Amino acid sequence: MNVIPIEYYLTLSAFMFATGVTGVLIRKNAIVVFMCIELMLNSANLTLVAFSSYLGSSAGHIFVFFVMTVAAAEAAVGLAIIIAIFRNKLTVNIDEINIFKW
Amino acid sequence: MPLELILFVLFALIAAVSAVVMITRPNPVMSAIFLVINFFALAGLYLLLNAQFIAVVQVIVYAGAIMVLFLFVLMLLNTKSEHKLLSGQNRTKIFAIVLAAFIFAQIAYLIFFSSPSGNLSPEVQASIKAGTIEEIGHELYTNYILPFEAAGFLLLAATIGALVLAKKKFE
Repeated sequence: MNVIPIEYYLTLSAFMFATGVTGVLIRKNAIVVFMCIELMLNSANLTLVAFSSYLGSSAGHIFVFFVMTVAAAEAAVGLAIIIAIFRNKLTVNIDEINIFKW
Repeated sequence: MPLELILFVLFALIAAVSAVVMITRPNPVMSAIFLVINFFALAGLYLLLNAQFIAVVQVIVYAGAIMVLFLFVLMLLNTKSEHKLLSGQNRTKIFAIVLAAFIFAQIAYLIFFSSPSGNLSPEVQASIKAGTIEEIGHELYTNYILPFEAAGFLLLAATIGALVLAKKKFE
C-alpha cells in the first residue's frame, strides 16, 4: 500500500463513474441502465474505501456498508418496478416507456 | 516493480476494461456477466486496501445476491438484444460520450491539481486494524447503532415494497 498513490485509486474510480454515466445515457434496456447505476455506486465505494484506508479509519468502511444496504434495497424495488412495467407495456425499452410524456 | 503495484495494475485494468465492455455489449446477459467480473476486480482492490470485510461483502452481496437478482429478472423478462446499439441516434451517443469525458476531466482535474491527499501518508498498521470485522462490528454496534437499525428497517421496507409492486394485480 505504501507504493500506490491514492490518486491512482481515485482516477480509476473517476473512470468507472464516467463509464457508468455513459452507460446510463446510451443504453435503452432499463435493466442495463440499473446495472450502470450499480457501477457508479461501486466507483463511489472505491473512493470511500481508498480514503478510509489511507487515513487509517474505519468510518469509510461503515459508509460503504450502508451504501451496499441501500443498493440492495434499490435493486429489489427497482427490479420490481421494472417487472410491473413489463407486465403492463410488454417492454423494458426506456424509449417506449413514455406514459408521463405529453 | 513491487508486487502491490503489479496487482493494482492488474485489478484496475480488469475493472476498467470490463466496465467499458459491459456498457457496449448489446446482450444484457453479457453486460451482467462483465459487471460481475468488474465486482470481483473491485473486491481484489479492496483487499489491496486492507479492507477485508468490505471485500468479502462485495463478493457475497454484490456479485452474489444483487447480480443473481438482475440475472433472474433478465431470465424472467427474456428481453431481446439491442442490435441497434452502435447504429442510429448518433447525436445522443456522441453527446453522452462527450458529457462523460467532461465529467471525467473535471474529476481528474480535481484529483491532480487540488491534491486531495495533501500530505496524506498511508497508515498501514492503522488501516489493517480498521478493515477487520472486529473493528467494523464494534463501530456498527456502538457509534453507528441507530443507522444500523435504520438500515435493517430499510431492508424490511424494501422487501415489502418489492412484494407489493411485483404482485399480480393492484386491488
